Amino acid sequence: MEYSLWIIATPFVLFLVLGLLGTKLKPNVAGIIGTLGMTLCTVLAYAIAYQYFFQIGKTGEEWTKIIPLNFEWLRFTKQLHIDLGILLDPISVMMLVVITTVSLMVHLYSLGYMKGETGFQRYYSLLSLFSFSMLGLVIATNIFQMYIFWELVGVSSYSLIGFYYTKPLAVAASKKAFIVTRFADLGFLIGILILSFYTKTFDFNLLTSDQAQLVTTSFAGGTFMGLSIAAWAMALIFMGGAGKSAMFPLHIWLPDAMEGPTPVSALIHAATMVVAGVYLVARLFPIYAFATPEVLEMIAFVGAFTALFAAVIAITQTDIKRVLAFSTISQIAYMMVALGVSKYGGHEGLGYMASMFHLFTHAFFKALLFLGAGSVIHAIHSNEVDEMGGLHKYMKVTSITFLIACLAIAGIWPFSGFFSKDEILAAAFHHQPIIFWTLWVVAGLTAFYMFRLYFCIFWNGEHKYDDHHKPHESPWPMALPLIILALFSVFTGFIPFADFVSSDNIPFSTHIDPVVAALSIVVALIGIGIAFVLYFKSSKKPAEMAQSLGIFYQAALHKFYIDEVWMWITQTVVFRHICEPIKWFDRHIVDGSMNGLAWITQKSSASVKGLQSGQVQFYAWIFVAGSILIAALALFL
Amino acid sequence: MEYYLIISTLMFFIGIYGFITRKNMIAILISLELILNAVEINFAVFNRYLFPGRFEGMFFTLFGIAITAAETAVALAIIINAYRTIGNIDIENLSKMKE
Repeated sequence: MEYSLWIIATPFVLFLVLGLLGTKLKPNVAGIIGTLGMTLCTVLAYAIAYQYFFQIGKTGEEWTKIIPLNFEWLRFTKQLHIDLGILLDPISVMMLVVITTVSLMVHLYSLGYMKGETGFQRYYSLLSLFSFSMLGLVIATNIFQMYIFWELVGVSSYSLIGFYYTKPLAVAASKKAFIVTRFADLGFLIGILILSFYTKTFDFNLLTSDQAQLVTTSFAGGTFMGLSIAAWAMALIFMGGAGKSAMFPLHIWLPDAMEGPTPVSALIHAATMVVAGVYLVARLFPIYAFATPEVLEMIAFVGAFTALFAAVIAITQTDIKRVLAFSTISQIAYMMVALGVSKYGGHEGLGYMASMFHLFTHAFFKALLFLGAGSVIHAIHSNEVDEMGGLHKYMKVTSITFLIACLAIAGIWPFSGFFSKDEILAAAFHHQPIIFWTLWVVAGLTAFYMFRLYFCIFWNGEHKYDDHHKPHESPWPMALPLIILALFSVFTGFIPFADFVSSDNIPFSTHIDPVVAALSIVVALIGIGIAFVLYFKSSKKPAEMAQSLGIFYQAALHKFYIDEVWMWITQTVVFRHICEPIKWFDRHIVDGSMNGLAWITQKSSASVKGLQSGQVQFYAWIFVAGSILIAALALFL
Repeated sequence: MEYYLIISTLMFFIGIYGFITRKNMIAILISLELILNAVEINFAVFNRYLFPGRFEGMFFTLFGIAITAAETAVALAIIINAYRTIGNIDIENLSKMKE
């Protein structure tokens, strides 16, 4: 399995080549090099997946962790050393497949979408950097390696959001994304440090093996402010995950991140990077399950709240990409909930498997939704839903693939979303009725807002377009990824996921729970029905409903003012009441004492320098007088 | 011995006084000669009275005289040059380096 190194080496080399020599190449050549490199990665990922799942992954009944490569990278002391390596287990192999597939689709799609943009080569080199860091993140053998790549994906996400760096909005959005996630990563880092301080290791294998025995024993029952230290560490690590995965209240950066190019949103802010938080929790799942179940409980509730919250906001948004962004937040929250309600082992670990399953299917249909949205934006040069309508006539491929993705995300049989969502709902059903009903409502809302979007864009009467600017179907590099991803969205649901991924790595059997399935399909159909009535034909009804909801609608339209709350916290509380006094202290006490010293020195030197006349006779006079004085003192004392 | 020492002390302090108060460089140079000669008398006197069998003091005196001669020559050269440059030999006027 040594060749698995190539899967991260390739994008890194591509990044260097395209980044350093990009301007020497023709834009198209750079794009094609990038795409070919990514094709190689994808082939490698499928080879690894085939070899792992069908040839060498299984010993007896259990999926083993294979470490083809692990070396000591930085050694501080005998115990404190940071390794780099490759860890292959069911979820990392699954992630390799997801990342490379979506990344390849996005590379291909960008050939059409980004055609003629300035900085085309830079775009491709940054995409390669992102793919490199994301692949490095999922195959990390230890938590510190994960942290390094975690920051790398943050950086590449930052530079891709700010790709149109002449647009002030894009610059502000990229800064916001970077600062918010970086703030969350502070918690992640502290969590890592606490965890490894007690357990003396970074290694995932040591941390999670034997039902996380190392963690449960090494903390020795220390508590801090009523919670055990282990719980603090794991909660802080989850904070990092929550930042990347846009959990409430750290979700504010994701909607703004939509300022980046649409394919980037599809790759980074829908399919791969934002699920890093889910992946992190899944990776450390045994610790959460055995050492700190209270944190896992918290994750479930945070997730459930975020799912509902984001779904409500998504209904009111009019920017096509923002709707998808909030939908992403909501769906990732679904995965978090699934992890939160899961237990360890066998059928009890259904939530874990469901979460990974949803991550897998969601990556494809959400990437498809974003690429479809990109195709629409490409055709009519606007993000606003109000300026769209009746596009089905002009863009058959986009319309049909978008419909497939909507059906998948709404959870209609036999599309992939149905299966994964059903597992999540089933897991919640057996664990927490409140969470189950919340998720059930969210499922309905999801169906509603997705079909609202679909009907508004592709139907909703006849919209007037200029004769010069008739919307047209996108060129084949854009249409082909849509079709491929649509196929994925239709068929991935039939993969018997529990055979491959489970919390304890032992396959178990799942079955569709008829009650849960019926409930979820019913609520999805209700959502679609309402959307059909309101939006299939253009009418005044939606506006009237918005009017009648009054304040609540306004609040949701303004994203419940969370951005404003954060602004208030940072501007008023932090800047004015913490930073200002510190600034005063710095200006007047710290600088003041230094300046005072300098002032004293200067003044005293000014008064002394008159003595330095340069007159040697005067010096001699002082010298003689001084020596006489000393002689006199020596004689008479 | 005391008489010699009294003489050399007088010479020394007269030299010091001249060195400090005079403005004319030639006068300063002469004062300097007085100081040096006072010191050399001391060398000779102490050698003669305290260590009659030895000659180090005498040699020092001889050295001193030789160095004084050389130093006087150099100093006079400087003074002549200064006179050529600024037209007089008043030490107060030699303050160009300060600026």
